[in-house]
Amino acid sequence: MTASATIPQRIREQDKRLAEEKKEIARDGPDLTGAKLEARLDRTWRRPPGIVGWLATVDHKEIGRRYIVTALIFLALGGVLALLMRLQLAKPDNTMIGAERYDQLFSMHGSTMMFLFAVPVMEGIGVYIIPLMIGARSTAFPRLNAFSYFMYLFGGLMLWIAFVLNMAPDVGWFEYTPLSGPQYSPGKHTDIWAQMVTYTEVAALSAAVVLVCTILKARAPGMTLARMPLFAWAMLVQGVMIIFAMPAVALVTTVLLIPDRLVGTQFFNAGEGGDALLFQHMFWFFGHPEVYIIFLPATGFVSVIVETFCRRPVFAHSIVVLALVSTGILAFGLWVHHMFATGLPRVGYSFFTSASMSVAIPTGLQIFCWLATMWDGRPRFAVPMLYVIGFIFTFVIGGLTGVILAAVPIDLQLHDTYFVVAHFHYVLIGGAVFPLLGIFTYWYPKITGRMMHESLGKLSFWMLFLGFQLAFFPMHFSGMLGMPRRVYTYPAGLGLELPNLLSTIGAFVVALAVGLFVINALVSLRRGSVAGPNPWDAPSLEWAVSSPPPVYNFAHVPAVESVTPLWDLDGKLPVVTGLRVDEKEMLLTTVVAATPDLREPVPEPSLWPFIAACAVGIVFAASIFSAWAVPFGLIPCGIALTAWFWPKQMKRNPEPVIS
Amino acid sequence: MREFRAVLLPFPALLTGCDYQTYQSTFSDAAAEVHSFNVLFVIFLVICAAMYVLVIAFLLIAIVRRGRAGEANVVEDRRHHGENPLMRAGLMGWGAVVGAGLIGLAIASFFGDRSMAEAAANEKLSVTITGNQWWWDITYNAADPSKTLRTANELHLPVGVPVHIYLRSNDVIHSFWVPSLAGKQDLIPGRANDITLVPRKIGVFRGQCAEFCGVQHAHMGLIVDVDSYADFLKWWHHQLESAPVPTTPLARAGYDFVTTRQCGSCHAIGGTPANGTVGPDLTHLASRRSIAAGQLPMNEGNLYGWVADPQSIKPGSNMPTVGLEPDQLHAVVAYLETLK
Amino acid sequence: MSSRFRASLALMSVAALALGACDREEHHSRSKPIGETVPVGQSPDTIWPGGSQPSPLDPRAKLYDNNAPALAEGQQLYMQMNCVGCHFHGGGGMGPPLMDDEWRYGGRIDQIAASIAEGRPNGMPAWRNKLTDDQIWKLAAYVRSLSGQPSKDAVSSRSEGMSNTTPSTLTPREPAHSSDTAEQ
Repeated sequence: MTASATIPQRIREQDKRLAEEKKEIARDGPDLTGAKLEARLDRTWRRPPGIVGWLATVDHKEIGRRYIVTALIFLALGGVLALLMRLQLAKPDNTMIGAERYDQLFSMHGSTMMFLFAVPVMEGIGVYIIPLMIGARSTAFPRLNAFSYFMYLFGGLMLWIAFVLNMAPDVGWFEYTPLSGPQYSPGKHTDIWAQMVTYTEVAALSAAVVLVCTILKARAPGMTLARMPLFAWAMLVQGVMIIFAMPAVALVTTVLLIPDRLVGTQFFNAGEGGDALLFQHMFWFFGHPEVYIIFLPATGFVSVIVETFCRRPVFAHSIVVLALVSTGILAFGLWVHHMFATGLPRVGYSFFTSASMSVAIPTGLQIFCWLATMWDGRPRFAVPMLYVIGFIFTFVIGGLTGVILAAVPIDLQLHDTYFVVAHFHYVLIGGAVFPLLGIFTYWYPKITGRMMHESLGKLSFWMLFLGFQLAFFPMHFSGMLGMPRRVYTYPAGLGLELPNLLSTIGAFVVALAVGLFVINALVSLRRGSVAGPNPWDAPSLEWAVSSPPPVYNFAHVPAVESVTPLWDLDGKLPVVTGLRVDEKEMLLTTVVAATPDLREPVPEPSLWPFIAACAVGIVFAASIFSAWAVPFGLIPCGIALTAWFWPKQMKRNPEPVIS
Repeated sequence: MREFRAVLLPFPALLTGCDYQTYQSTFSDAAAEVHSFNVLFVIFLVICAAMYVLVIAFLLIAIVRRGRAGEANVVEDRRHHGENPLMRAGLMGWGAVVGAGLIGLAIASFFGDRSMAEAAANEKLSVTITGNQWWWDITYNAADPSKTLRTANELHLPVGVPVHIYLRSNDVIHSFWVPSLAGKQDLIPGRANDITLVPRKIGVFRGQCAEFCGVQHAHMGLIVDVDSYADFLKWWHHQLESAPVPTTPLARAGYDFVTTRQCGSCHAIGGTPANGTVGPDLTHLASRRSIAAGQLPMNEGNLYGWVADPQSIKPGSNMPTVGLEPDQLHAVVAYLETLK
Repeated sequence: MSSRFRASLALMSVAALALGACDREEHHSRSKPIGETVPVGQSPDTIWPGGSQPSPLDPRAKLYDNNAPALAEGQQLYMQMNCVGCHFHGGGGMGPPLMDDEWRYGGRIDQIAASIAEGRPNGMPAWRNKLTDDQIWKLAAYVRSLSGQPSKDAVSSRSEGMSNTTPSTLTPREPAHSSDTAEQ
């Protein structure tokens, strides 16, 4: 009886409250624009100050910046290790660094560069730039993004603290069983490596999910898949690749190797029916796509730079996209070319030879498209463009030696020699680090608001380019003269003295060049000329906002009508309005056509991602020492995740209206 | 083949001298396998170099064609979305060239692989090589057990005879690689791998473990001595003999030490009570070219150094420093030197 | 500023965690030159039957007790020197079991080393001149681990090859019953 009377009463109250709220809700639009809008947005989006705010932030720009800086610090550390190795190898029969320490050096160098530098720096740049480039106010899942950074940081810290404590991994970045098994790798060296991998895989997976979802759902209205910038395409393919590749290595280290070492399971013990090769299969099923996970974002950088500095959209946009996608697919079909010497069936080898070679087709087409863009356009030789030209000179050599190594009979000779070392440094430094430094110079004004010094940049480019060739070209010969990889010394009299000495000299020239680059970046932070929003006169959306961008990215969400919006619209960007300014909100669009779909509330800053990362990190670190860490450690993890995802009392807001 | 070598040789020759080129180097054709490697490598090198020249020429023409654009960053209005039809055709052509080149290379690789596999068809000599951290245990298999020969770190092969090598491992993964004779093949615990090679030239070659196998991976060398068939047989019969009985008092003292003390726990010497199987067989140690798995040339000084303190020469290796008194050391070395 | 603070905080906590690790991870060269000896004179009559005063633990025990590389090398030697032949994988056969709580000649690492070096009646040969002292100590460290004595983060869970015993990391720690309970 009473209920029937109260229900209409409640509904009436609700309606009244909603009507009041509706009056309060402020949206951007013709009425609310310019400085007034910016001030209100700033108030809504700004994070709390202080260390708590620093830990709690969900701003993709802040997280991206941390990612980039941390990854570059690891690059420098990995580089120092490389210099120490080159010193040891400068002359034959050198005993400067002992065998055990040298093993730690090359294991740390590989692990740091692959897991702590190359992938995270690409993710970091993606996390920073992608929302700006596609016209979004935030990434999808910003808290997951924050979590991902802390996981990555903890993994890196663990590895390097272990190094300082003389517990660093010492059986390579690949850790083949049984060498990494309980009997031949006593102590905790290998476990440190295995769990560091897991930290960084969790971080990379989280970041990949964030980026894939952002790219698919948060693009500005009108930015259909066909109009999506090539860098966004590259990051999309890379993200999907990470999602498929990384679980394999996380599985093989944490679920198979650690139990073998910790509780005596027999996954890799041939004597009890396990298989040592299982590790290699699973490792390379991740390990080969990993190379493309690093390389594809770099091709995105190249596309961006070529486009801006040749004053042309990249030639044959759709071909480049198809090349990216097919590279991503092919990358999963050629892991066995790392295992040609393991005695697998020869028929299978032929398949992997062909698959490995066929990757050269999409890559070759991409290179053609860049060159055709230069052909048609008017190249301007600023520092980023120089890096692209250096990239083509260098990377193509690496790609072609890759084709050479894909042939089984040739690979059986050159596998695990310095020829391979030369090959993958040409691919990874030439193919990824050169474009990275170019894009760093290119986006530096966007991130910091100031330009890097041009002539200093050119000087460091030339030193880097020439030093690199001096360091790595002779390694082709060291390999063919019979020098295997991962040796801490080599005998005199095999003809290896000169190539190794040249490599060492080259390595120091490279170090000098990188040092110059770092000095340039640090000095320009204060002294560089002020950039303005679009110093390069570039075509994509990140240049439509101020440098550095405001915390909310775009005051009005831009609308896009072509691949190169800033070039085609004479500076007047059409916008959509109607997002709330009193709460953090972003616009989601449909996956293919990018028509406005719904408004999505953006989470407030929260400490829980940090706490969850700590909890998960403690489980990982402690499970090195005891299996009991897993059940007991899951309790704090569960608490942290529950608190993180605790349903919020949502106010019932009026339906979204996009005007 | 000569012309291929003529193409290849200048590269390393520019870098240093050339006497090492057949010792531990892929630039040799001392065996059929390496010969086909060289042929295939040159084919790949030529095609890839041609591709590289094409790309770089395209790049250079593209960037000098328009000259420096200066600072006038004008986007050419309304034209820039149109695509150059010449380039469209070029893209198709380039795709076809790359595709055709790769198909050609893949076929070349396939047939190269086939020819190597066929060379393996008829074995005349069967050898089992077992990898250990960080030395090679070599056994010449024979139907008659008394003719089975065990030695270490030095492989003798007759020229022109196809030899089938069975590869096993006692501990971790190693890789058998004698660059002048053949490509590599891994020694994996729990798996049965093998490799066949046909040496073509008489000479001494050096190989090295090519898969990281622990702290002394760098010092896991292997000497391969390719002899004429007659010399090989002579060596073979000599190796089958027991170790000579020591004659001098010093060598006899060494004999007593080696057979009753630490040495004999790990090493075997044919015809003596020393019968350990953990370390390399020492029966004809002094007839080998090197000690410590290719690390040191065999001579009296190196024997002294190695026996006295192996851990300073090969840190981390499984040979312990026994801590011999000087007279024991003299005796042991004197005895080891008699093991011709 | 704050990042440095956090980094140093993490550094301190991990350093505290791993402080004990240094002994565990340190890889000692497989032998030292002349001068090192296994405890001498500890023949059966000096192992304090019936509660007389135990001698202090040999200081070198610390190098081997909970040292992971030493335990792993001991494990390898246990197979290579055919200890398995009599003692099996600790379960005992012709020789006494090594994984139980009973130590006829003392269960301390220096006592085990002495047993290996000097040999014991009823078949245990003396290894003093067959192995180096360092090897004997490592073997003793491994033998001691069969009854779960060393800390679980120093032992290797299993060996490669056939294994039919409980993983060492899960071996229950047996109280060492012998004359020297005070020490264990």
